[in-house]
Amino acid sequence: MRQLKDYVLRGLLWLSVLLSVAVLVMIVGYIFVKGMNLISFEFIFGDYSPTGGGGIWPMIVTTIYTIIISLVIATPIGILAALYLQEYAKQGRLVKLIRFATESLTGIPSIIYGLFGAVFFVTTLKMGMSIIAASLTLTIIVLPVIIRTTEEALKTVPQSYREGSLALGTTKLQTLYKVILPSAMPGILSGIILSIGRIVGESAAIFLTAGTVAALPESLFSSARTLTVHSYLVTQESGDIELAAAVGIVLIVIILGINISATLISKKLNKATNK
Amino acid sequence: MSIQTNSVEIGKANKRKYFLEKVSSRVFLICALLSVISLLLIIGFVFYKGSHPFLVEGYSFIDFIFGTDWVPSEDKFGIFPMIVASIFATIGALIIGVPVGLFTAIFLAEIASKRLAKIISPAIQLLAGIPSVLYGVFGLAIIVPFLQNTFGLAKGQSLLAVILVLAIMMLPTIVTVAETAIRAVPNTYREGSLALGVSQIGTIFKVVVPAAKSGIMTAIVLGLGRAIGETMAVILVAGNSLIVPTSLTDSVRPLTTNIALEMGYAAGTHQEMLFATGIVLFSFILILNFVLAKISAKGGN
Amino acid sequence: MSTAVMERSESLVMEENQTVKVQSQMEIKREEKASKITVKDLNLFYGEKQALYGVSLNIREKEVTALIGPSGCGKSTFLRTLNRMNDLIDGVKITGDIMIDRENVYKNNDVIKLRTKVGMVFQKPNLFPMSIYDNVAYGPRMQGIKNKKELNQIVEESLKGAAIWDEVKDRLKSSALGLSGGQQQRVCIARAIAMKPDVILMDEPTSALDPISTLKVEELITNMKKDYTIVIVTHNMQQAARISDKTAFFLNGEVVEFDDTDTIFSTPSDQRTEDYVTGRFG
Repeated sequence: MRQLKDYVLRGLLWLSVLLSVAVLVMIVGYIFVKGMNLISFEFIFGDYSPTGGGGIWPMIVTTIYTIIISLVIATPIGILAALYLQEYAKQGRLVKLIRFATESLTGIPSIIYGLFGAVFFVTTLKMGMSIIAASLTLTIIVLPVIIRTTEEALKTVPQSYREGSLALGTTKLQTLYKVILPSAMPGILSGIILSIGRIVGESAAIFLTAGTVAALPESLFSSARTLTVHSYLVTQESGDIELAAAVGIVLIVIILGINISATLISKKLNKATNK
Repeated sequence: MSIQTNSVEIGKANKRKYFLEKVSSRVFLICALLSVISLLLIIGFVFYKGSHPFLVEGYSFIDFIFGTDWVPSEDKFGIFPMIVASIFATIGALIIGVPVGLFTAIFLAEIASKRLAKIISPAIQLLAGIPSVLYGVFGLAIIVPFLQNTFGLAKGQSLLAVILVLAIMMLPTIVTVAETAIRAVPNTYREGSLALGVSQIGTIFKVVVPAAKSGIMTAIVLGLGRAIGETMAVILVAGNSLIVPTSLTDSVRPLTTNIALEMGYAAGTHQEMLFATGIVLFSFILILNFVLAKISAKGGN
Repeated sequence: MSTAVMERSESLVMEENQTVKVQSQMEIKREEKASKITVKDLNLFYGEKQALYGVSLNIREKEVTALIGPSGCGKSTFLRTLNRMNDLIDGVKITGDIMIDRENVYKNNDVIKLRTKVGMVFQKPNLFPMSIYDNVAYGPRMQGIKNKKELNQIVEESLKGAAIWDEVKDRLKSSALGLSGGQQQRVCIARAIAMKPDVILMDEPTSALDPISTLKVEELITNMKKDYTIVIVTHNMQQAARISDKTAFFLNGEVVEFDDTDTIFSTPSDQRTEDYVTGRFG
């Protein structure tokens, strides 16, 4: 009887893993098979044409803009915030509050961020549906990611480095800048890379704040569409699965690149700390 | 003498250092407070906008929650169908996604050979990073027609399609996090149980999984978070009809979808009602997180 | 208005009186042996828990003072009050006075100046992940010395002072973490010397080293005595006997006995000291 139960459970375990792998392989496989025909130099670097046959260059540019702007803002703020939490703050109410806020931000669904961006950046600050409004919204989305990964990286820096430096009559700031941050850099970098993944994959928040204009953005205050929004719109509006899948291939390749570089960096980090 | 003048100079230089020290720690603090400020701004703006119709314009909150008609042009704002759709979709996705995800994680951590796990685990991790829109595209291209043909539906976009897409979407998150938690269980636990003559499967389910409970809970919460907040992928497969779903094959419109679909053209009270929808979604997530935190805290004791 | 002026002039007179007093005290002390560090009735608390009880010590210039005692007796904690490294720990409270060169360490807020004057070597070598050169030049650079020649000279002198120059002069630019433990510890000493401190604190500097490296470091400490005031915490009583001029025996946060090293190890006046140095406990 007990043996039978074991067999059944073992069977279920196998079934689950087969199911998971099958479904996931199917998704990636489907997107590649369906979209591969469209992939070409023209497709990636060509301008968009509403009548079909055009490229996705404007969406790639828009995606890159959102990545750069949100990281340029979120990275320094996130790193400094993590430095405060790990290196300066005394444990107490304030730190608890900041941690609570950071954790809560992680749990908010992106559509709520979208609502907030739409009323705050787009309307109240009069930025209009624009790349800048979307990027600022994304900044808040990735801020907790950067804070948390930087904190983890700072925790791995041995306390003896801090003591050794401070005992030489340096200030905390000098110690941070010259000893702590360089040692924590690989961890911080992989956090930044993770954030890129989050930005590239985001859709709902961008949809509500950047709008859907399918043209090369003239300025940061232009409305524009990112790759994910493009993929969504072509599916929803024209049912063009093939085109959506082709955009999907580009997205998956980007994510793959991001994952690989994050792995490489964290491997380097492990090597460095093991020394 | 020269030593004395020297020390005076250093004193001056140090003064600058202490000043910089003070300024920088303030700047760091301000940066850290920005996350608090962001959270307050988000809650403030969403709640301010969303509560306006009820506090100022005299709309009934009860009618909003339990009303079954959503016709903005006729000033009717009832989101009951969407609430039901969201709850059903989330529960359905959990029912399918959690066991499959959990069993996959157990398999990878406990049963699979190292080589096999080394191929599958990173692949699943990668899938956790794939933009959710693509899951929607897949759902529309494969799942929707499949349901249409299998059940002979007029339209394959349905509650069941939403459930399947969300279940698939939460799989990688659940597998990745749960696998890490299970792997973190110390080997002594396994050895202790196996030494007592308990089978491998028995050991896994009686000892290892309970020991990894809190990590598994986290996995479920994260998966749930991804499912409940998902918007764009859901729009593609939900059908977006404004009815209270009575069967798995009904076309539905969950809360998130409602916001994204109408935000583009909504104005005035209509727009505020979308923010109110956001508040409901927000509370929904807070309650779920709270409940799960309670459960895992209980399990921890 | 007039009363304020009065008060001011009064306080001026008072200050003058005080300086006169201090000067006379200074002269008295100069007639005795030059005292570098004077600790008076020092109490230290970690939150509610008291770790040091009324410690009073007089550490003289250019001598090696050893602090001995069983683990947890407060000797390391005491050492770290001398350069205020305890400031890094939340909730540490200190009462009493520590005077270094007649300046009250805890009343003067220039910690940077204090730590440049009072160097420290830690239990485990804690070189930074940089080259040997950059490690030694780190402190001077942070003090604003940028001149290459000057830095080169400081690095060379410091490494020579720590008796490691010959071993590393050909690989100054390679990572300091590639050195052996004993070499690393001597580079740590060089890093401390590079700041041209008056006092060097050592917190069990040889506890992580093999016997041969330990011997080298001990030799080095004996040689350094002519230039620096050294306070060393050690677990190893033979080490204290070998290298120190004075020894303080700590027990449960108190100084049980403080005397010439010879006296402590031959004819201690306290029974507990005798029990400890003869190995009956600890």
